[in-house]
Amino acid sequence: MTATIESPRSGRVAPQYRRNGGSRGNFEMIAWLFMRLSGVVLVVLIFGHLFVNLMVGEGIHAIDFGFVAGKWADPFWQFWDLAMLWLAMLHGTNGVRTIINDYAEKTGTRRWLKTVLYAAAVVIILLGTMVIFTFNPCPVVDGVALPGGFCPA
Amino acid sequence: MPTKPAGTLYRGREGMWSWVGHRITGVVIFFFLLVHVLDTSLVRVSPEAYTAVIGAYKNPLMALGETGLVAAIVFHAFNGLRIIAVDFWKKGAKYQRQMLWAVLALWIVTILAFSIRHLSLALGGH
Ligand code: HEM
Ligand code: HEM
Repeated sequence: MTATIESPRSGRVAPQYRRNGGSRGNFEMIAWLFMRLSGVVLVVLIFGHLFVNLMVGEGIHAIDFGFVAGKWADPFWQFWDLAMLWLAMLHGTNGVRTIINDYAEKTGTRRWLKTVLYAAAVVIILLGTMVIFTFNPCPVVDGVALPGGFCPA
Repeated sequence: MPTKPAGTLYRGREGMWSWVGHRITGVVIFFFLLVHVLDTSLVRVSPEAYTAVIGAYKNPLMALGETGLVAAIVFHAFNGLRIIAVDFWKKGAKYQRQMLWAVLALWIVTILAFSIRHLSLALGGH
């Protein structure tokens, strides 16, 4: 009689021999892959962001409320910033998660630090998304346009 | 105390230091990004609030800070592409050291070009 011993990485290992308890599934592998895929896209998004905001025309002197209004009037830049926000935040959060796992040796400390990390990430992603989609180039308070806005005459 | 290991391929060599640099720059960029989304969110408060906070980015000292930030990002980006090449390219592991020198060379060229343009805009009167 011959017993078949599956290769350890075949994914066909009997449940009692799996090291991750089965519940985490492929999460770490997906996270590893995500770091690489998001990294490639982020190079384009961030280099483009820095080039358009700092290198072109008057560079940093040109940045003010009107500059942002001009960019976000165009769905192209809205989408650009949205993708950059989500990818950079998820990539950065996952990176910092790895670092916490590396250095925080006590289970309690680790859990606590990661709770703070995830809470901060959710708040920043939601805030940034809300800002892009609810941006108003001509904010009005009590019927009076705020100074510096971009109001139709 | 552990004794000093002899002849390791990784510890104390290029591979380890590029990892240290990658880790530190990653954390720096992450914390910058948290603050950056907060300062950008002031466009929802009022045009003047946003213009005031952005004004802080325009002083000469901040110009140096921005250059440092961009140096961190460009290193992380180029070295990140090197890590990806090590993982996915057949010969990546073999050439990891040469790729690190390429990363550093490209990094210096990019930062020189960026600094010349950014600092002359930011410091060069207006
Ligand atoms: C000193 C360098 C930087 C300057 C002057 C700058 C400037 C700006 C400005 C003016 C905006 C408003 C919208 C726009 O222009 O698209 C913005 C938004 C944004 N920036 Fe930057 N940026 C810098 C660096 C970075 C870096 C390094 C990252 C990524 C890690 C980044 C990520 C973002 C994101 C995600 C948004 C959208 C924020 C939101 O959703 O509310 N920026 N930035
Ligand atoms: C510019 C494009 C970028 C590329 C090509 C890139 C690439 C990478 C790669 C390949 C890794 C390694 C993951 C691993 O070892 O499994 C990584 C880690 C990391 N990245 Fe990025 N990244 C980029 C942008 C960013 C940004 C914008 C942030 C912050 C918001 C960031 C924060 C981190 C952190 C904290 C780590 C973990 C470092 C560690 O575990 O030592 N990266 N990055």
